[in-house]
Amino acid sequence: MKPASFTYHRPGCLDDALGLMATLGVTAKPLAGGQSLGPMMNMRLARPEHVVDLNDLLELDFVRVTDAVVEIGALTRHHRVATDPEIARALPLLAKAAQSIGHYAIRQRGTLGGSLVHADPAAQYALVAITLDAEVVIRSARTTRVVPAVDFVQSIMTVDLAPDELVTAVRFRRLAPAEGWGFEMFSRRHGDFALVSVALTLRRDGHGAISNLRLGVGGVGPVPERLAVVERDACRLAADVGTIAVLARQAADNVTPEDDPQVPANYRRELVEAVTARALTAAVLKTESPS
Amino acid sequence: MTEPVSISLTVNGATHDLVVAPRKTLADVLREDLGLTGTHVGCEHGVCGACTILIDGAPARACLTYAVQMEGHELTTIEAVAKSGELTPLQRALTQVHGLQCGFCTPGIVLTFEVWLRDNPDPDEAGVREALSGNICRCTGYQNIVKAVLAAAAEMRRGAGA
Ligand SMILES: Cc1cc2nc3c(=O)[nH]c(=O)nc-3n(C[C@H](O)[C@H](O)[C@H](O)COP(=O)(O)OP(=O)(O)OC[C@H]3O[C@@H](n4cnc5c(N)ncnc54)[C@H](O)[C@@H]3O)c2cc1C
Ligand code: FES
Ligand code: FES
Repeated sequence: MKPASFTYHRPGCLDDALGLMATLGVTAKPLAGGQSLGPMMNMRLARPEHVVDLNDLLELDFVRVTDAVVEIGALTRHHRVATDPEIARALPLLAKAAQSIGHYAIRQRGTLGGSLVHADPAAQYALVAITLDAEVVIRSARTTRVVPAVDFVQSIMTVDLAPDELVTAVRFRRLAPAEGWGFEMFSRRHGDFALVSVALTLRRDGHGAISNLRLGVGGVGPVPERLAVVERDACRLAADVGTIAVLARQAADNVTPEDDPQVPANYRRELVEAVTARALTAAVLKTESPS
Repeated sequence: MTEPVSISLTVNGATHDLVVAPRKTLADVLREDLGLTGTHVGCEHGVCGACTILIDGAPARACLTYAVQMEGHELTTIEAVAKSGELTPLQRALTQVHGLQCGFCTPGIVLTFEVWLRDNPDPDEAGVREALSGNICRCTGYQNIVKAVLAAAAEMRRGAGA
């Protein structure tokens, strides 16, 4: 349970880090919070020859909120995302998701960029990024590119990133004041990865019916999924208990979890129904006009 | 190279010049090179919390940190929590309500909650239990640790109000 030998690099700024990544290529791994890479290296599932420590790149630890967008630097720690007052105002869905990642000590070190690149199928950030149509900003010494989160996360622990590239930021669409949201998950113990997690946003039209539902589910496949059929069918349904039950059932019918000896597919599907109902209820309550 | 490198580490206010291999975790350097064996090592993958120390005042897993990364940072271990032999309210509460048995998990719990209680001065039981999920204890069944954290919070509030 000790890591293999490596050479350690500690660049002081992004340009130096990108220069190192360009030179070292596949032999190097960037190190952010170390909360996923550390265990992988201790278990020797990862044995990079070179480790490029990103922790001095303070220019990647930021939260910028504009009228339309919340842009968060890749090195921003989970704890900051969970507690930042600006994120709480502009994107409370993301704050709630961040509060549920691992444990207090894990959240002090783990970063947004590290979580997205690690791409655990049950990770909170990938789910929220895909649900909110977020964009991932990627830099190398060669170029800068911006990739939709849904294309960035390709499969289990597989993302669209070349060996010389670093994620520098993620751009989320900010929620409108009239927009309801829900984030709910189920895990067996606090701090475990979710068996099922659901993120969603919705609006209400002039008659109080549901419009613009975005619904993402995590933990049921190799990557978080949007349930387009449910999103479409929800449109113009009355925002009541009956509709919530129907949509939650439909969500469960539209996922295809794998059977696993500890977590049978049927159990996970039932969790999708229960967790979706909870998230929908939360979102609808947030859009009730005070009367 | 992968050969040992010279670093200087600031631990509990004192600076130490060391030569360490980059692959050596902070937990191992604290224990083996500095003799600070109060930092315990259980799982070595971030789950048990026994190795929790403070990096610049924030709790972190010493088993997921390499000592070479820590130059320029202030580290705090369990050895420096009691000030001139006087236990903190949290340490006192743990001893008073039987919040530890073998004590293997205790250093990590103390360092986590010394900071957590500053963030959450008036916690409820559910909040404490959620925070405690990051520290595994094989002995106590957690009941008395939860009691101790709540008692310490009350004591610290009285202290702050006085
Ligand atoms: C006990 C425990 C419980 C956890 N529970 C959860 C949980 O419930 N939900 C959850 O989502 N996560 C959980 N995690 C994982 C945690 O969120 C990690 O912080 C996260 O997955 C990785 O972020 P990091 O900053 O620690 O990255 P690292 O571990 O440093 O790196 C992870 C990967 O990303 C790469 N990388 C990092 N930053 C960049 C960058 N800017 N550009 C390109 N590549 C980069 C690294 O090379 C590595 O491959 C848990 C971890 C532990 C130890
Ligand atoms: S030894 Fe570090 S968390 Fe278990
Ligand atoms: S007191 Fe023995 S592990 Fe907690």
